[in-house]
Amino acid sequence: MSFITIHNVWKNYGQTPVLENIHKEVEQGSFITLVGASGCGKSTFLKMLLGIEKPSKGNIILEDEPLKAEPDGERGIVFQRYSVFPHLTVQENILIALEFQKKPLIARMFGSSKQQALQKVNALIERVGLTHAMNHYPHELSGGMQQRLAIAQALIANPKVLLLDEPFGALDPGIRNDMHELVKELWQQDQLTIFMVTHDLKEAFSLGSRLWVFDKVRHDPHAPQNYGSQITYDLELSTDVDDSEQIAIAEEIKSTLHIDQSEAVIA
Amino acid sequence: MRLINRHPSRPLKWLLGFLPFVIIVMVYIGASHQRLAENPNDKLLPGISKMVTSMERLAFEPSKRSGDYLFWQDTLSSLQRLAMGVGISALIGLVIGLINGAIPLVRANLSPLITAIALVPPMAILPILFIIFGLGEVSKVVLIIIGIAPFIIRDMQARTLEIPAEQLIKAQTLTANTWQILLRVLLPQILPRLLDTVRLSLGAAWIFLIAAEAIAATDGLGYRIFLVRRYLSMDVILPYVVWITFLAFLIDWLLRIISQRLYPWYHSQKAVQGQTT
Ligand SMILES: Nc1ncnc2c1ncn2[C@@H]1O[C@H](COP(=O)(O)OP(=O)(O)OP(=O)(O)O)[C@@H](O)[C@H]1O
Ligand SMILES: [Mg+2]
Repeated sequence: MSFITIHNVWKNYGQTPVLENIHKEVEQGSFITLVGASGCGKSTFLKMLLGIEKPSKGNIILEDEPLKAEPDGERGIVFQRYSVFPHLTVQENILIALEFQKKPLIARMFGSSKQQALQKVNALIERVGLTHAMNHYPHELSGGMQQRLAIAQALIANPKVLLLDEPFGALDPGIRNDMHELVKELWQQDQLTIFMVTHDLKEAFSLGSRLWVFDKVRHDPHAPQNYGSQITYDLELSTDVDDSEQIAIAEEIKSTLHIDQSEAVIA
Repeated sequence: MRLINRHPSRPLKWLLGFLPFVIIVMVYIGASHQRLAENPNDKLLPGISKMVTSMERLAFEPSKRSGDYLFWQDTLSSLQRLAMGVGISALIGLVIGLINGAIPLVRANLSPLITAIALVPPMAILPILFIIFGLGEVSKVVLIIIGIAPFIIRDMQARTLEIPAEQLIKAQTLTANTWQILLRVLLPQILPRLLDTVRLSLGAAWIFLIAAEAIAATDGLGYRIFLVRRYLSMDVILPYVVWITFLAFLIDWLLRIISQRLYPWYHSQKAVQGQTT
């Protein structure tokens, strides 16, 4: 059995199909990047992996067990925004995960147990480069720093699967490159399985070990809502693939995606 | 430069803000002078000096009947009732509103009831309160609670529901249980919003307090105003009204300062939202 098996999954919202017939197996340690036109169901797919949406048909198996129908510590998430707690400092935002784990009733640590936990917290803060901002509140951080905090927060609970929904969409290109390095490093060190949605094709190719393209296969020109998306490309990405070859595939994907001009510029 | 882009300097802002008050006082003094010139016994617009002597008597001379300094006694009694009523309402509003907002099963159970209670006009059930609780302190406090608690509950519920779902999901991925989420994610974020709501509900709380004191009390700011009304003692009523207004302003200001001190993250968040939306 694979680490994750997505078994014939369909998803409708009311009468509207969003995803059709998704059938995939994923190995542990994969880094899957998901691309597709806006509204094609990428976030919906992540929500099903997270357990906050249920497949209308089919099921998802994680390590031989059906996926739990609510979020838990096995799956971490970083959203585009609103991911961190605004009322806690950087350090508290990460410490709180350990407090949740260790203190079911008061959800707070004191004294030596807190000191011990803080060592782990501070090490992680250092890893994502936020040591100098340890005692700042999220509103005092830049967008990139907030996302680094969100990533650190997701990692402290030691999830098996990390879900990233356009985590860098709001960041400018320079910071984005730093973030790519960070995520890549964390992925390689922690044996995580990562699913990352992005609108940036270059990011999708350079970061992942596997690329999925979501697109509609069936079209009804009079009623475009009649069909949902499927995974139309499933590419193994390896770093030694010749760049020109990847660019050719990227061009092909770009032309099949229904990405309009403005988005094509981003990608 | 367009009018919308012209901002007053700091001193000018103070000056502009003060001006209306000065004008009102001037107009009052002028009108009072005029009436007193025509009829020295006029009670409607007493002169400032008359008000000062009346208030000196109430504030600095013990009452002949009880030996109390009536003005301070009134202030203390009213503030106590107000604090009890608002404090208990805030506590009820916080607990029920938070749990209602956070837990759908409880919300389904309680929300319709609270909406219905909020629609009952509190003044209409004041007689019921007097019948049940007697004419003592409890009735007055309970009137304030019935008057403002439903509003605070509903507002706290709405504020709880406003907290982005992403945060609740994040907490769950960090293995938090429901209780932990209430305690560490929702409660601390709701507290500054509770202070906002309490500030908004204070106006209504004063109305209910003064109404209750007017009808059944032996002291209190509202009691005194309605008592001296019989003698047309505007020289007491007017300073009392100004004093009540000042107290209301002071309490509001204190709550705002406390909130800014305790919850800096909340206020800068609000400032940022104010800029972008
Ligand atoms: N809760 C919901 N109820 C009804 N329809 C929904 C709901 N959530 C999403 N949808 C619909 O499902 C479709 C897919 O939405 P989804 O958010 O997954 O798209 P996406 O691929 O993430 O798009 P984007 O790239 O813009 O984020 C959209 O047409 C959206 O309108
Ligand atoms: Mg999306």
